Amino acid sequence: MTLASDPPKEGFRLSMLIYDTRFRSITIQVVVLLLFLAGLFWLLNNAYVNLEAKGKDFNFSFLWSRAGYDIAQTLIPYTNDDTHMRALVEGLLNTLLVSILGCALATVVGTVVGVLRLSHNWLVARLMTIYVETFRNIPLLLWILLMGTILAETRPSPRDFRVTDAMREAGQAPEASMWLFDTIAVTNRGTSVAAPVFSNSLGSVVLPGNIPVSLNALALIFVMAASFYGWRLLMRRAKAVQEATGVRPTTWWQSTLILLGPVSAVSVALGLHLEYPTITRFDFEGGFQMLHSFTALLIALTVYTSAFIAEIVRAGIMAISRGQTEAAYALGLRPSRTMNLVILPQALRVIVPPLISQFLNLTKNSSLAIAVSYMDLRGTLGGITLNQTGRELECMLLMMLIYLTISLVISSVMNLYNKSIKLKER
Amino acid sequence: MKKSVFFGSLVMAGLVAGVAGASTLDDVKARGELICGVNPGLTGFAAPDANGNYQGFDVAVCKAVAAAVLGDPMKVKYVPLTGETRFTGLASGEVDMLSRNSTWTFSRDTELALEFVAVNYYDGQGFMVNKNLGVSSAKELDGATVCIQTGTTTELNLADYFKANNMEYTPVNVADDSEGQQKFLAGACDAYTTDASGLAASRATMPNADEIVILPEIISKEPLGPAVRQGDDNWGDVVRWSFYALVAAEEYGVTKANLEEVAATTKNPEIRRLLGLEGDMGAKIGLDDEFAKRAILAVGNYGEVFEANIGTSTSIGLARGLNAQWTQGGLMYAPPFR
Repeated sequence: MTLASDPPKEGFRLSMLIYDTRFRSITIQVVVLLLFLAGLFWLLNNAYVNLEAKGKDFNFSFLWSRAGYDIAQTLIPYTNDDTHMRALVEGLLNTLLVSILGCALATVVGTVVGVLRLSHNWLVARLMTIYVETFRNIPLLLWILLMGTILAETRPSPRDFRVTDAMREAGQAPEASMWLFDTIAVTNRGTSVAAPVFSNSLGSVVLPGNIPVSLNALALIFVMAASFYGWRLLMRRAKAVQEATGVRPTTWWQSTLILLGPVSAVSVALGLHLEYPTITRFDFEGGFQMLHSFTALLIALTVYTSAFIAEIVRAGIMAISRGQTEAAYALGLRPSRTMNLVILPQALRVIVPPLISQFLNLTKNSSLAIAVSYMDLRGTLGGITLNQTGRELECMLLMMLIYLTISLVISSVMNLYNKSIKLKER
Repeated sequence: MKKSVFFGSLVMAGLVAGVAGASTLDDVKARGELICGVNPGLTGFAAPDANGNYQGFDVAVCKAVAAAVLGDPMKVKYVPLTGETRFTGLASGEVDMLSRNSTWTFSRDTELALEFVAVNYYDGQGFMVNKNLGVSSAKELDGATVCIQTGTTTELNLADYFKANNMEYTPVNVADDSEGQQKFLAGACDAYTTDASGLAASRATMPNADEIVILPEIISKEPLGPAVRQGDDNWGDVVRWSFYALVAAEEYGVTKANLEEVAATTKNPEIRRLLGLEGDMGAKIGLDDEFAKRAILAVGNYGEVFEANIGTSTSIGLARGLNAQWTQGGLMYAPPFR
């Protein structure tokens, strides 16, 4: 006798691929994969055929030919005799510079605005609401253009700063003057700031890739690091003494001496002094020059992204229940300590993941730089190089790959940070 | 990561897919409209007039081609292209032809796979500065900030010129002429450099034109002309001979006004061939025999186009100079219609 519950043995039928739930999901996946591959093949084939038809090949050798154009702001030495590859690197560094500074500033501004928006002060809270709603609801490109225009149109031209002999005799003041004891000059083109320079040079080493590094700066950094390490030792000893005897030794003068002494000594030895910007025939020279294209882009990226970050911070803080604050107050913690020790550590877990995407946005948005003629990656590789060599496909793919890499690096770093602040469960 | 690169390539491949294989002439005829890439705004060469219709010296070439191919100079769709987007626009098939004061160079002819069909303006790169800068020669521009249109030959010439003269400069890269003018007027740069004709055109539109001087140095050769995609020779011929019809017409004294009269009376076989009264010129390039006649009727001969748009009687006030007929000591020389 056979059991009634025995399933009837059935052979495999084709219709089972669709109607049998055991196979259906696999069928769908295989079909989708085939369609995807077919589509991919069609697109690649199309690209190949059309490139062929236009007599164009696909290679990246143009990166090693002479660029021939100049770039206004460069972080490492560059002349128009360098290769397109070098121009690419210049653009990439400019992108990274504005992105990193932008992310840092946007985080600071965003956090302040976000916290202030929760303020009990009616006026402050409303002002911050206006800040957030204004900056995040107007397209970034307009902010960039606006910042560029404001800086270019409201500031005097460099020649207005000039004092001619005739003016000196007549006792006239120039139309525009520098700020803060002649250390800062903001013209309609850029900002010139007095910069610390050394009169005695230890020389410089040239890193591979023709990147000179001043030994003076290295020496100063080394001394600073050593001083800091010494200070840490001092503090540790003070703590040990305090724990052993209950009395903390007086350390302020030792701290001051250790932190400032060696650095001042080295600075004096190297002849550290301020180099003031001076007006020359066309523009300010000397000191530290910052073009408005950079400033405008940085300000626009910062204010725009900070508005989003402010909301993220506010959401993060509001996610922590009111009871936590009350409990902290009940324990006698002051409001600032409550914020730092109780609320923020918990809020960060809510804040960091959306913050990552804001950093990514800021970095990608920096490609709007061309609006104010800031030469970022899009300006060099995706702009001039692409145009002068006619390698659209190569330049675009390369640029996409680079932006993708930058974004992935930012995400992974931020993910590591996120992991480190995660609630540690025991 | 792999997946995203993948999608990136897909998108790019998709963009390239826009180029069609059929002949441009057939496409234009079938569409009933010529798509012409022009400058977004350069007074005298290509700029929208008060009614929003594009007018100018470069635009006239588009109109002449439209008249020759479609019989109506108004059947043109103008696509404004910046210095950066123009060649991609042409290569991708977005426009049928480019008439956008673009310099004919070796690498553009070969590497960019363009075909420059003729030169409609022989130009050179110059500099423009404000008088109060006290500069009277480009050699005095050491240390200056210079506005430059990005993606142009002038960008490279500028770098070469300053290097050859051992001078330094700060480039301010602008996307097109209007942005360049705006930056220059706002004082964001000391000097503005582009083709001398472009400088004259820009200066004409500036409110303080009297205070602006164009420096005497011409630092490069800039033969500007219409371009088509390489590989469609017949379409190249259509554009080339539509343009040369205008040049030849000036040489033989055929104007918009006297064309019908000349056609009725002339015995000159060259003029008769030009106007389609003899021979079968048109059939050889896929048009009818009166294509040149229509082109001339639409915009006038080369001299008329020049005078009406950029000549001495206009605010731009360019002299013919190199662009006079070869019979007048210039370089304008149409190959024979034979």
